[in-house]
Amino acid sequence: MACFLVSGGEAIVVTAVRAAVKKSEQKKGIVDEKGKQITDPAEHGICWTRKLGWLMNMLWGGVLLLAIEHIWHGEVVLWPPFLTAASVPGEMATVLHEMATVGVAMAVLVTVTWLVVTFVADAVVKRSAKTEAAKEAEL
Amino acid sequence: MTLMITLLAAVVASIVWYSKAPNSTFSIGSLALMYWAATLMWCVDGIACLVEGEAFIEIADTAAMLDDAVLGLVVVIVGLAVWAVINIARDPKRIFSKALTK
Repeated sequence: MACFLVSGGEAIVVTAVRAAVKKSEQKKGIVDEKGKQITDPAEHGICWTRKLGWLMNMLWGGVLLLAIEHIWHGEVVLWPPFLTAASVPGEMATVLHEMATVGVAMAVLVTVTWLVVTFVADAVVKRSAKTEAAKEAEL
Repeated sequence: MTLMITLLAAVVASIVWYSKAPNSTFSIGSLALMYWAATLMWCVDGIACLVEGEAFIEIADTAAMLDDAVLGLVVVIVGLAVWAVINIARDPKRIFSKALTK
């Protein structure tokens, strides 16, 4: 019904946090004005501007595609009150319950997956740096 | 079916991203992330359906399955369209800016 709105809310927060993190990392000389990392990821790890960019893409992308599905099923309309259930008395409780259960579960699953991806990505970058250092030492 | 088609799109986009890496001129990784996130969200939706006693993926009703398949294709096309708009706006190869300033 409106489960994707929870992830939409998270996407707004993550976008704001990423903008603040980008500003901070830019001041520290970690990223350039476009948000591209200028330090060596193998030495300093992948910057948070990039990591939060991944989460932002996941959340906004997921929200957009789920919104299409809701429009397709007639649960969301492009005119006020936007949610079809809002015009049916007593249906808003069902909407809120679905947001609190399914919506929160969706946001949590996407965020946990992103966390796993960031840990794996950092581990891969550090391992490749160690392998290259070992190869150089052998030579 | 929407879930399966989006999952397939996520796998294809990931393979293309991997084969092109580390070159990411057209941000195929972003497209893959978009499809993966939608797949995860629909998995949660499917589990919620299971909890309520419904099917994870509707296969009993042919009309509903066909409707879901068409929706899956629409979702993939919308994802591609958004990705195209982002790339046109970013103009990573500066083709538009070069053409317009010529």
